[in-house]
Amino acid sequence: MNYHRNMSKLSHTVMVLLSLAAVLPFVLLVIASFTDNSVAVSEGFSFHPSKWSADAYNYIINERGTMLRAYGITILVTLIGTAVGLMISTMLAYSLSNDELPGRKLLTFFVVFTMLFNGGLVPTYLIYTNVFHIKDTLFALIVPSLLMSGFNVVLIRNYFATGVPKSLYEAARIDGASEIYIFARIALPLSKPILATVGLLMGIAYWNDWQNGLYYLNDTKLYSIQNILNQINENISFIASNSSSGVKIADLPSNTIRMAIAVVGILPIICIYPFFQEYFVKGITVGSVKE
Amino acid sequence: MDQIKRFLPFYIMALPGIIYLIINNYMPLVGLQVAFKRFNYGKGIWGSPWNGIKNFEFLFSSNSAQRIIRNTLLYNVAFILIGIVIGVAAAILLNEVRQKRPLKIYQTSILLPYLMSMVIISYLAYVFLGTNTGVINGVIRRLGGANINWYNEPKYWPALLIFIHVWKTLGFNMILYYSSLVGFSQDYYEAAELDGATKWQQITKITLPLLRPTIITLLILQLGQIFRSDFGLFYQVPMNQGALFDVTDTIDTFVYRALLKTPNIGMSSSAGFIQSVVGFIFIMTANGIIRKMSPSDSLF
Repeated sequence: MNYHRNMSKLSHTVMVLLSLAAVLPFVLLVIASFTDNSVAVSEGFSFHPSKWSADAYNYIINERGTMLRAYGITILVTLIGTAVGLMISTMLAYSLSNDELPGRKLLTFFVVFTMLFNGGLVPTYLIYTNVFHIKDTLFALIVPSLLMSGFNVVLIRNYFATGVPKSLYEAARIDGASEIYIFARIALPLSKPILATVGLLMGIAYWNDWQNGLYYLNDTKLYSIQNILNQINENISFIASNSSSGVKIADLPSNTIRMAIAVVGILPIICIYPFFQEYFVKGITVGSVKE
Repeated sequence: MDQIKRFLPFYIMALPGIIYLIINNYMPLVGLQVAFKRFNYGKGIWGSPWNGIKNFEFLFSSNSAQRIIRNTLLYNVAFILIGIVIGVAAAILLNEVRQKRPLKIYQTSILLPYLMSMVIISYLAYVFLGTNTGVINGVIRRLGGANINWYNEPKYWPALLIFIHVWKTLGFNMILYYSSLVGFSQDYYEAAELDGATKWQQITKITLPLLRPTIITLLILQLGQIFRSDFGLFYQVPMNQGALFDVTDTIDTFVYRALLKTPNIGMSSSAGFIQSVVGFIFIMTANGIIRKMSPSDSLF
């Protein structure tokens, strides 16, 4: 009995410590963004700065044009990318799940091979810039790498093949329903759990993406939130160079501004995370360890 | 004819996805030939002149090749081993938590870092490591010490990068092993308890043996990816600082810099070519082993 109580105590203690280790850096980030810039430089960031300040947020509100446009681009790219990606993945997965389809084996191999062999950045970059001229367009943030992955297609196909009873399709076909009707009215509604999970993972991937912007954008007008954060990392003077009021970089609370921009960038995710946490956990388990 | 009419809708539905894979995956595959060419933007991938294995000779005559391959492999080995040990330990402890609410709170909190982009992670690291503003140097100064210039001192970075990677992926690993733990039959544990087995005995004699197939499968799958590195971790977190390259430069950061910063497309494409081909061999080997051991876990 004692063992049990000790084990339970130990597991709670470790779990509380791990939870704090995961969450506290984010709390610290928020406090850092509300710290007075000169105090930050002299004392370093801490949980209890000797002087608080909202200067960083005042600056962001003054310069809201840049942030709002970046937000708009992030939201637009996430919505379009996830919707289109989910649609073409699901349609391809549905075809592959029909085991009477002539050439199905070949098509499946065509998809699976992309999970095994990856051309890598150089040829991908050259194809997209030299053949498709995608540089400095919105396509650059939506199309490369993120739109569809062989892995997601296989996940959805497996669900169609095992999670939806075949007899339902047969019955609908006998009743003379068209294939499109069967797909849209029978297969899709029955696959909501996997579509929600895959859609969520795709949405997060788009929201978090900074690499496409790094590779394919020179035009800062198309920057998403992540690209702006990346740009500030590379060059803190980006804040001032994009300023409409023409302030000098030396006069800005630049240390705290970058923290405030990071806070603004993660705020939406933190706010909605508790609500989609379950799907997120499901997304992790569904692909990696199969029964 | 009937066959075609019957299956036509399926082919049409598959078409957009297939076209995307051709553009995004198969055209770059053909484009890998630039590794054997002297690339010229004006002439494009197909028009540029061949130059044999000159790019590879050039790559290996610099010290970079050895450095980036060493870093990529060593960091991956450390990530995989530490990830398994800590992930399994955390999953076993999480499994001891039976109350619903704490269980959910722990899961949600520990997964939070996994949800964030590497740019955000680099900001969090900067909160701690900034020279004047960093939390750690603040504490050091208060104790009367002198600032450590973190972004200039390679010696700290192997430990820092391993710590940050483990911190970010802990929730993911924990959930992975936890999801297979909760599936184990309670009968074993009840029988063990009747026989007076301690918790520790239950873990070492029941839980770990039952978990072994999952651990081995994930280990081999991860080893299959050992030639790839997390570009974000090695590019963002050390802020692309040249002073740190000796311990932070991996194949992926090197390929990126040689493609877009230096630029030296010959070096970049030859390093990328090696990564693709060796990576393919690793994945195929890993998958072959898994297909022999547990067919349902293999990729194909």
